[in-house]
Amino acid sequence: MGDWLHMLVAKYNYWIYITLMMIGLYAMIAKNNLIKKIVGMNIFQTAIILFYVSIGVKKGGTLPIIEHGHGGHSHVIHAADYLNPLPHVLMLTAIVVSVATLGVALALAIRIYNRYNSLEEDEILTQVREK
Amino acid sequence: MKVTGLIIAVLAGALLIYATVDFPPWGDPKSPASLHVSPHYIEKTIEETAVPNMVTSVLADYRGYDTMYETTVIFSAGVACFLLLRIFRRKESAERLYRHVLTGVTIRLREGKLPPSDDFERIDTAWTPHDLIIKTMCRLLVPFIQLFALYVIAHGHHSPGGGFQGGVMLGASVIVLAMSQDLRTAVRRLREKVDALLCATGVFIYAGTGALCLLLGANFLDYSALAPLLHVDPIMARSHGIFIVEIGVGIAVMATMIWIYCNVSSRGEYDEGL
Repeated sequence: MGDWLHMLVAKYNYWIYITLMMIGLYAMIAKNNLIKKIVGMNIFQTAIILFYVSIGVKKGGTLPIIEHGHGGHSHVIHAADYLNPLPHVLMLTAIVVSVATLGVALALAIRIYNRYNSLEEDEILTQVREK
Repeated sequence: MKVTGLIIAVLAGALLIYATVDFPPWGDPKSPASLHVSPHYIEKTIEETAVPNMVTSVLADYRGYDTMYETTVIFSAGVACFLLLRIFRRKESAERLYRHVLTGVTIRLREGKLPPSDDFERIDTAWTPHDLIIKTMCRLLVPFIQLFALYVIAHGHHSPGGGFQGGVMLGASVIVLAMSQDLRTAVRRLREKVDALLCATGVFIYAGTGALCLLLGANFLDYSALAPLLHVDPIMARSHGIFIVEIGVGIAVMATMIWIYCNVSSRGEYDEGL
């Protein structure tokens, strides 16, 4: 019992992200509307971003910015005092790239709507098969 | 499809949750992610790059290649939106709405006909309310948003910020203008050609800085080679090189955000937007 509680406290945030990720995956597979699929893709991306940021946390660490960096007095810097900057860097670029992929996805959805007058996947598929 | 999707999602979720049993606990300083390269970044960033904000130094210096190609990805997303959506042919027999500024009377005119007097302003067909408060507030806020965005780009060495964040804010300021007034006002301020050129310029500044280092005899994106040009020691040259690159990223991100917004919101016609 104590073991389980310990694990819950140590890992519940990962489980929340996995739930969020699976909500996104389910939306991408099962939803009929293309815009809802795109929303699902964004939920998936957000879950991964949260997951990475969570990996970077260290207990007792502070922001990865060195205070008084140019003060001259060079105090020794310990890696354990600062959060891991690497996941932050990766997710910084991933956020902007997710906006860019959202733009391209919406552009594709607009093209599909112009051509088939619908964003519902089954209606588009029947129209494609009729041709 | 719904049942299959649910089964797949639940199965994948269960597998992933099972995998977290082997994960290090949250906030563990001894977790593998924090043990290999990141201590070097944290301890040497001042010595090697003179940038107190490690995120900036890792972004633009240690992982410079990664960021350069991320910028290229954003640029290609902008180009993809343009190629997918942009229509240069005008629709025939389109109708336009004009509103009389003083009385609020709206008239509908066929394409090519001009309104009877200069007191008429063109409005979008889909969205027509006359919101004085929103228009005025957004017009007043835009310069402050842009100033703050420039601060975020320029102060990225010492505080959270940098090219990506500042660039998105700059883009948002123009998008706010386009949403509160109309798309034509925003496009008149920042023409499509200028926007596309800015987009390419940002990527060019980044790659060009790297190529300049190559020409000066160092590795690609090794900014310490810029020291003779900037008249500083090699460590400060890295700091300045990071700044130049961040400006390039900021320009590219700003222009791409505006480019994607204009194309998507007006379905590529650049006439009537959201």
